[in-house]
Amino acid sequence: MTKLTIADLKKIKEKVQAETALRDGARRAKVTVHMGTCGIASGARDVMDALMREIEEAGVTDVMVTTSGCMGLCSREPLVTVEILGQEPIKYEYMNANKMRQVFKRHVLQGEIQIPFVLARGSEILK
Amino acid sequence: MLDLSLHILDIAENSTRAGAKTIFITITEDATADRLAIEIIDDGAGMSEAARLRSLDPFYTTKKVRRVGLGLPMLAQAVERTGGCFSLASEEGRGTRVAVEFVRSHIDRQPLGDVAGVLIILIAGNDGMDFVYSHLRDGQLFTLDTRNIRSAIEDVPISHPDVLQFIRKHLKEGLNEIGAGY
Repeated sequence: MTKLTIADLKKIKEKVQAETALRDGARRAKVTVHMGTCGIASGARDVMDALMREIEEAGVTDVMVTTSGCMGLCSREPLVTVEILGQEPIKYEYMNANKMRQVFKRHVLQGEIQIPFVLARGSEILK
Repeated sequence: MLDLSLHILDIAENSTRAGAKTIFITITEDATADRLAIEIIDDGAGMSEAARLRSLDPFYTTKKVRRVGLGLPMLAQAVERTGGCFSLASEEGRGTRVAVEFVRSHIDRQPLGDVAGVLIILIAGNDGMDFVYSHLRDGQLFTLDTRNIRSAIEDVPISHPDVLQFIRKHLKEGLNEIGAGY
């Protein structure tokens, strides 16, 4: 197997730049996985892994993934916040890899809020 | 926490919330000396001496939303279980250094876990931050410096899926090469 080099990285850069030039660059959604100690201990890493794999498989580049801290609802972790551009954020509780995949496919991509997993609507002050 | 990589993720998340720009994560495995050391250094806000002394108290936290702070105490406990040592140094305005050392062959030492996966999460979730990861295993060194990657990809965000995929492959290759691809 050949070693990955800076040249490979340059190729990726050119490809991505060519793709972005075709789009208007607006973000579709922002997904936040809460990564406090409580979140990590209850499986937020698997949730985040599942989310990143879904994004890779779907080939979407306008979904932003980010992590945040604990918001004080440790008993309901792992928590995930989905924010579709121009809509109120939705918080999901007790997430796992499977639920994350469902939320990504149905809510992030198709806009249907997955009510059975929802904890609350709206945002809180983080960090 | 089931493995050491999750501890690393937890401590590095502390750094991100302390406003760090660059986080250095170093893992040193030494079979002859029978030790496994992990060091996490950030250039964040740091903490006062009073806060540092209380940081291993599970009922001490700077957060207002809850009354416990378990991240550092759990790491310290994981270390003590193996007869290792824990050290925490911090200076306000300059940053914090968490260094732990485990007895590598101790039966209670948690496995290292998926460190590559944790780095990907950190890089993906904190776009504005740089990570310098070094893994030294019995004299063989692997390093990943996101500042080099950033300069190669110019205006493309480092959290772009294609870039993350590259970093994941690069980590896997590099860690396998030094025999640390668990």
